[in-house]
Amino acid sequence: MEALKNLFGGSLRQFGMLFVLVGLAIFFHLMTGGLVITPTNLMNLLNGNSYVLVLAIGMVMVIVIGHIDLSVGSVAAFVGIVVAIAMRSPADGGFGFPVWAGILLGLVIGAICGAIQGFWVAYVGIPGFIVTLAGYMFFRGANQFVGKSLTVPVPKEFQYLGAGYLPEWGPNTGMNNSTLLLGLIAIAVLVWMQLQQRRALVKIKAEVPPFWVTMVRIALLVVVIGWLTWMFGTGRPGSSFPVPGLILVVLVIIYSFVTGRTVTGRHIYAVGGNRLAAELSGVNTRKIYFLVMLNMAVLSAFAGIMFVGRSTASGPFDGVGWELDAIAAVFIGGAAVSGGVGTVIGSIIGGLVMAVLNNGLQLMSAGSDVTQMIKGAVLLVAVAVDVWQKAQGRASITGLLTRGKAVTSITPTESSLLEDQAANPGELR
Amino acid sequence: MPGESDLILEMRDISKEFPGVKALDGVSLRVRRGEIHAICGENGAGKSTLMKVLSGVHPHGTYTGEIFYNGALATFANIRNSEHAGIVIIHQELALIPELSIMENIFLGNEVRGRFGVDWTATRQRAKGLMARVGLQDEPDTVVKTIGVGKQQLVEIAKAISKDVKLLILDEPTAALNETDSTHLLDLIREFKSHGMTCIMISHKLNEIAAIADSITIIRDGKSVETIEVPEGERVDEDRLIRGMVGRELTSRYPDHTPTIGEVMFEVKDWTVRHPEITDRLVCKGSNFTIRRGEIVGFAGLMGAGRTELARSLFGKSYGTYLKGQIFLDGKEIAPKNVEQAIELGIAYVTEDRKVLGLNLLDDIRTTVVAAELHQISPNGVVDRNAEFSAAEKYRRELRIKTPSVNEGVIKLSGGNQQKVVVAKWLFTEPEVLILDEPTRGIDVGAKYEMYGIMNALADQGKAIMMISSELPELLGTCDRIYTVSSGAITGCLDVAEATQEDLMRLMTLIPTTTKNAA
Repeated sequence: MEALKNLFGGSLRQFGMLFVLVGLAIFFHLMTGGLVITPTNLMNLLNGNSYVLVLAIGMVMVIVIGHIDLSVGSVAAFVGIVVAIAMRSPADGGFGFPVWAGILLGLVIGAICGAIQGFWVAYVGIPGFIVTLAGYMFFRGANQFVGKSLTVPVPKEFQYLGAGYLPEWGPNTGMNNSTLLLGLIAIAVLVWMQLQQRRALVKIKAEVPPFWVTMVRIALLVVVIGWLTWMFGTGRPGSSFPVPGLILVVLVIIYSFVTGRTVTGRHIYAVGGNRLAAELSGVNTRKIYFLVMLNMAVLSAFAGIMFVGRSTASGPFDGVGWELDAIAAVFIGGAAVSGGVGTVIGSIIGGLVMAVLNNGLQLMSAGSDVTQMIKGAVLLVAVAVDVWQKAQGRASITGLLTRGKAVTSITPTESSLLEDQAANPGELR
Repeated sequence: MPGESDLILEMRDISKEFPGVKALDGVSLRVRRGEIHAICGENGAGKSTLMKVLSGVHPHGTYTGEIFYNGALATFANIRNSEHAGIVIIHQELALIPELSIMENIFLGNEVRGRFGVDWTATRQRAKGLMARVGLQDEPDTVVKTIGVGKQQLVEIAKAISKDVKLLILDEPTAALNETDSTHLLDLIREFKSHGMTCIMISHKLNEIAAIADSITIIRDGKSVETIEVPEGERVDEDRLIRGMVGRELTSRYPDHTPTIGEVMFEVKDWTVRHPEITDRLVCKGSNFTIRRGEIVGFAGLMGAGRTELARSLFGKSYGTYLKGQIFLDGKEIAPKNVEQAIELGIAYVTEDRKVLGLNLLDDIRTTVVAAELHQISPNGVVDRNAEFSAAEKYRRELRIKTPSVNEGVIKLSGGNQQKVVVAKWLFTEPEVLILDEPTRGIDVGAKYEMYGIMNALADQGKAIMMISSELPELLGTCDRIYTVSSGAITGCLDVAEATQEDLMRLMTLIPTTTKNAA
C-alpha cells in the first residue's frame, strides 16, 4: 500500500474515476463476451465520442471560471453547415472552397461566435448561462436558416477528419506502422520527461522520490502505451489509431499545458477560485472571461467540423444535446459547480466514462431508454460522492484527479508527476 | 432599586473560542428589565460575538458559561429559538431583501396566513400599524431598495417588534445613518423603553451612548471590564468610557525597533473618491498624507471610517469612483489605472479579510506566493515550476511559514501562516510601498509578534509601510506615526511618541466638521 501511495502520490482515491473507467470497460467486456476491448470497438469509441470530448476540454475551462456554455451544440451545428455549404461545388449551390479553406472558415466563424458571446459575458456582465442560452437558440436557428433545414453533404477528403485512419507504410511489422511510430514517440517523450523531472528536482534541492519509484512509473507507462499501441495497431487492415483520436490527443496535450503551466491557465483558476482575490492580485478578470468563452466557441467549431466529417454531411439536427454531454463529462470529471476546480484530463476521463457506459450498454443491446437512465444515475452518484467527500473534509475523489494543486501531503515530485500525466494523456487514453 | 428578580437577562462567565482565537473570555452581562443597556468596546473586543451567543447564532454547547433569561436557564439552539423567547437582534448589516416591499420584509418568515396562502389584507393592515409605531409614513408596498438607509433601519425595527419582542438588540444601529435619522432612532428606542421593552445597544458612538444608556458594560479583549450604572438624569463621562475601552498596558508584545527614516517616499494629495454605488457618498474626502522611506505609518479608525476604501482606491483604483487627487512616489506623480499597473509601480496591498479578498483557498502555497507577479517567473507566458518552487521555499524560510511543504493547500494552514503566505505573495512583487490592511486580525499573539518583526525588517530595507489596524495598542506599538480617519476624512496625525490611546480614540470618534469643505 505504501508503495502504491509512493507511486501515485497522495492517495489512490484521486485516481478513483480512472479506476471506475477501467473497471467499467472490463465489466462490459466480460458481460458482452469480449466485445468491448477490441481494436474495432475502441476505434469506434474514439471516433464516436471525440467531438464531445473536444467540447469537454473547453467546457471545463468555462466551468472553472464559474460560468456554463449552453451554446456549444448550436455553434457546432452552425459552423458545420457553413463549412459544408462553403465546400460544396458551385453547381450544387455551394462556393467550392478547398478543404483547408473550409476548415479555416469554420474556425474563424467559431471565433466570431465566441467573441460575441464573450463580449456580453465579460464586458457587459451578463451571466454565461443567459448569454449562451441565447446563443443556443440563435445559432440553432442560424444553422437552419443557412442550410434551409436541409442536409448538406461534404467532400470525401473532408471525412478524413471525422473518421479517417493514418497511412500504412514501410516494412510489415504486423501492425499499422503509423500507430507503432506514434506509440514509440509517446513512450520516448514520457520516459524523457520522467528523467528530466528527477534532474530538475535534484537541481533545486527538492525532495526526490526513491529511484525505484521513477523506474516503476516508467515501466507502467511503457506497458500501458505499449498495450494501447498494440490494440490500435492491430485492427483490421487499413485501420490505425483514428484521426479524430489523434486530434483529440493533440488538443488535450495543448490544453493541459495551457491550463496547468501557463500564466493564462493560472489566471483562469485564480478567477474561478476567488474572483476578488484575483482582481486584487492584478488579474484582468474580464479578459479571462472573454478568452475562455471565445476559446469554447472555437473548440465547438472544431467539434462541429469533426462531426460533419464523420457523418459525411451537415444537417439541421447536428449537435443537439451536446452541451449537456459535455457538461456531464466535466462534472463527472470532478469539476466544482462553484468554479475554480476541474482539469482537462479529468473531464476527458469523465467523458470516457460516459462513452464506455453508452457503448457497453449498446453492445449488451440495452435500449436508449435504459442507457439514458443509467447515465443520469451515474452523473448524480459521481457528483454526490464528490460532494460527500468534500463535506467530510477529505480531498475530493475526482476533483484532485490529476491536478497537483490542492493535493495535500505530497512531495513536489508527485505533484509534478500528476501534472505531467495531465499533459500526457497517452497513458490514460 | 430593582432586585435580582428584575433581571431580564444574565449572562454568566461566557467564553467562546474560535480556532486560534479566544473571542470571549469569561464575560458577564446583567441587564435589568426595561432599561437601555449599552455595550461598548473596541473593534474585535467581542461585542458582536457575545450577541451572537445570546441570540443562538452560536448555539448552546459551542460556548461555555450560562445564560439566564427571565430567570430560567436558556439553551438556544438557533435564532428561531431565541426569537421565540422574545429576543430579537438587528445586525449591523441590514438583513432586508431589497427587491421586496416594506410589508413583505416585515413579515418575511413570519407571514400572515389566510385560507389560501398569505392574507395580504391583514398583512397590509398590520404592517401599517407597525410602521406607525416606528414613524414610517411610506406605503407598505414601497420596494425597500427605493427608500433610504435610515428608513430601512426603521423597517428592520418594525420587523423586530412584529415578533413580540421583549429584548431588542441593536448592533451599531446608527453606524450608517445621518444625524437626523440617528436622533429619530434614539427617540424611538426611548419610546420603546417607556412601553417596557428592554434594549441592548452596541455602539461606537460614545455621545449616543452617553445620551441614551441607563447602564453600560465595557468589553475589552473578550473580557467584561466593568458595568457602569448611570443614575437617572445624568450623563456618563465619555472619557471614562474611553479609558475603559482602551485601558491596558503596552507590554513587550512588540519587538524593539529603531527606525531609520528617510525622505518622503509616498505622498497622497487631496484624494477624493466616491462610493461605487451611492453617488452622493464620498468614501475619501480630500485625504492628504505622506509616508517616508523606512517609516511605518498607522491608520486608525473605527469600522466604516473609510481606511480600507482609501487603501483600495490608492491601489490601482480597485474601489470606488476616483474623483480627484494625486499620488507621488519618490516625488514623481504616478497614476495607476488598475491593479496590474499599481503592482508594476511598486505598490502592494495586503488585503484585510484574507479568506475573502486575499487568498484563493483552492490553491496551494507555491502557486499563491507567485500569483501576483507570475510574469516574473514565466518566460513566454509559461510558468517555470522550478522557479516557483524556489521562490516559495525562499519565503517559507524567510517568513517561517510553518508547513511540511510548499505544496500544501493554503486552506490547511493556520490563520497566522495564511497571513504570512499572503504577505509572501506581495513581497514577491518587490514592492516599494506596502499597504497592510489589518495584518494581524484573527491570528494568535505569537504570529502577531512575528508579523511585527517582518514589518520592521521591511521598513529597515527602506520600504514605506502603510498599516491599517483597528487595534490601537498595536498601532502604538509598531508605528512611527499614526493618522486618524473618521467618516472618510483624515482627522489628525500624531507622532507615536506623543500619542495615547485616548487621544487617538478622541480623533477617531470626531465627526469631521471640515468634510463638507474638503468634499
